[in-house]
Amino acid sequence: MNRRDALSRVALLFGGSIIGAEAFLSGCKTATKYGANMNFTPDDIAYLNEIAETILPATNTPGAKEAKVGEFMTVMVKDCYEEKDQKIFMEGMGKLEDACQKQNSKSFMECTPEQRHDFLVALDKEAKDYQKSKKAEDPSHYFTMMKQLTLTGYFTSEPGATKALRYVAVPGRYEGCIPYKKGDKAWAT
Amino acid sequence: MPGDSLNVNTKAVAQNTYDAIVVGSGISGGWSAKELCEKGLKTLVLERGRMVEHIKDYTDTTKDPWELTHHGSRTTQNKIDSPIQSKCYAFNEVSGHFFVKDTEHPYNQVKPFDWIRGYHVGGRSIMWGRQCYRWSDVDFGANAKDGHGVDWPIRYKDIAPWYDYVEPFVGISGSLEGLPQLPDGKFLPPMEMNCLEKQVAERINKGFADGRRMIIGRTANHTVKVGDRGPCQYRNKCHEGCPFGGYFSSNAATLPAAAKTGNMTLRPFSIVQEVIYDKDTKKAKGVRIVDTETLKTEEFYAKIIFLNASTIATASILLNSVSEVFPNGLGNSSEQVGHNLMDHHYGVGAFGESEDFEDQYFFGRRANGIYIPRFRNINDQTAQKDYVRGFGYQGGAGRGRIDIQEGIGGDYKESLTEPGKWTMGIGSWGEHLPYYDNKMTLNKDNKDKWGLPTIDIDCEFKENEKAMRKDMMNSAKEMLEKAGLKNVGTYDSAPAPGFCIHEMGTARMGNDPKTSVLNGNNQMHEVSNVFITDGACMASSACQNPSVTYMALTARACDFAVKELKKGNI
Repeated sequence: MNRRDALSRVALLFGGSIIGAEAFLSGCKTATKYGANMNFTPDDIAYLNEIAETILPATNTPGAKEAKVGEFMTVMVKDCYEEKDQKIFMEGMGKLEDACQKQNSKSFMECTPEQRHDFLVALDKEAKDYQKSKKAEDPSHYFTMMKQLTLTGYFTSEPGATKALRYVAVPGRYEGCIPYKKGDKAWAT
Repeated sequence: MPGDSLNVNTKAVAQNTYDAIVVGSGISGGWSAKELCEKGLKTLVLERGRMVEHIKDYTDTTKDPWELTHHGSRTTQNKIDSPIQSKCYAFNEVSGHFFVKDTEHPYNQVKPFDWIRGYHVGGRSIMWGRQCYRWSDVDFGANAKDGHGVDWPIRYKDIAPWYDYVEPFVGISGSLEGLPQLPDGKFLPPMEMNCLEKQVAERINKGFADGRRMIIGRTANHTVKVGDRGPCQYRNKCHEGCPFGGYFSSNAATLPAAAKTGNMTLRPFSIVQEVIYDKDTKKAKGVRIVDTETLKTEEFYAKIIFLNASTIATASILLNSVSEVFPNGLGNSSEQVGHNLMDHHYGVGAFGESEDFEDQYFFGRRANGIYIPRFRNINDQTAQKDYVRGFGYQGGAGRGRIDIQEGIGGDYKESLTEPGKWTMGIGSWGEHLPYYDNKMTLNKDNKDKWGLPTIDIDCEFKENEKAMRKDMMNSAKEMLEKAGLKNVGTYDSAPAPGFCIHEMGTARMGNDPKTSVLNGNNQMHEVSNVFITDGACMASSACQNPSVTYMALTARACDFAVKELKKGNI
């Protein structure tokens, strides 16, 4: 099979042209291309899980990875995002990796937790500044999307709602004023 | 044999003949069914949509958020199937199946009008907002006083005993306040205000010379058991259907009561095409339906017919019921059917935060808020020069999770697990005047998949509503500031008519058959055995949530209809 044939076969398998297929077949050791299409790969999900875990890591309560936030992000992007936002999120998965390569000379997955943390702190600030200065009709920053999905996904997950926060499925009563002391967890819903 | 076909025919007619037919099973249809069945009438209840059985068909409502694919969020597919319905506050991943697919049930917006619908047994009584407020003579006397619309043929004294009658069965929690513009009712124990609401209420009650008050909302959530229903479990998932029967719906309350008599036949999948008029008896003899499963048409006959299909659908049935005598639609010599369409205008108000009660929190999810009854144009002292009629507020305080945007890592995560400040918001519901040119008409060029005309809706808010709206926003801000809240902001989301889901007025009551469709007993002026007790009957909109008034009018009309039937008058 020549190279051209191999490429078109890959394209057929994945139902269209594949961004990065050229590099994938060239045999060079290159970074994984994340977010190639909406059929998120296990690599994509693992990568999103690590991004989420860096935002909300395991402490004395479970982290975002245990809450399967990576998978939640893919479901939400696929089913609930508008097309233009899907595009930004998918491209953002690649951009985040590229930016990490640039800063740390290695892929996000290869970075230590400390490196990931410092990298996302900088990206968080970049996203915040972008959100502040953008026009209302402009799309959100891709990291803002990832972070929002991480927070939503985590705090509505079983570990997030029941361990990081407090959750009562059937309260049975309402009390409008009860004592609160600093450190008591907030209600999940 | 000669006569066979006649025999068969007579038998078929007999099989399809009832004492009464009720069209629609929502909040007013459920009451018609209950009252007529309990008075001994064999009653056929026709519902255009599917069956929804209490509890059994409240799919997924006991699931926790993480058990739902999208943790409760609506999807892009929801927005494609139901671009209008999916905007509704009550539409989510679980409740979505109670809203129609707009693509399957099209209508035409001459001007923007969000028509929120639930086509199934129980209708919107499953997803309704449950707020229940009596009207007063400020409302029933409004049209006569300022000349908009036609005078109501009834006053508060006519309906008060019927509020008394329906409220204990509905099961409405609320406080007794002695306010003339918002009469007290037969209430279950009120829900509790939280710390901030108590403080704000006290400051508003003291802070204004015009007697305005902030009270706990009056809601059809049961704070104690009502028969075998409830009590409310404070999950705040009412619009998904309540497996505890914690709030009033047709499915939980009126339809089971009707069924218990043995007199009810409930027929889902039955769209009423028209009411059949008999020019010899000058009465309606029945209805023609299309069965949406078999696509066959069928006729049913009865001595009295209650139309409870909801405001716009009821008027469309009348307009589609043309005959030699009524070429413009049944009982429509006045040419008022379909006109005077009203909603409430809402989605405007203010919000703020409190620096107090850091050491206080709450328990449970109260499916209710506070209410600030109307305080404008209720007497000479409160008369406004810029607009007539008035508005009330709903709202509430709470203490949500802290909102910190910037941060990454373990400390950030911990900081997000604490509650934030106490905050409060109030939003206003304003009266919409009856305008003849706010209307719905039939579009015979554009038919639905059952061959029925689709509906054109041409409705807007006008100058009086716009002038009132300014006051609705400014007064909200003024009250929250006077109550000591900080960072008070305002909003106006300017929703289109319809979005408040209080549409009404398309077959109004009135004294004069020349200018109204129904008399003071919700009986058609021109067809004495047809009664309309859904929102179509309303001659004005007031600013209160209307459902409990529909319920009281329905029970009253059923009582009248059965008495007239027994007297041989209809």
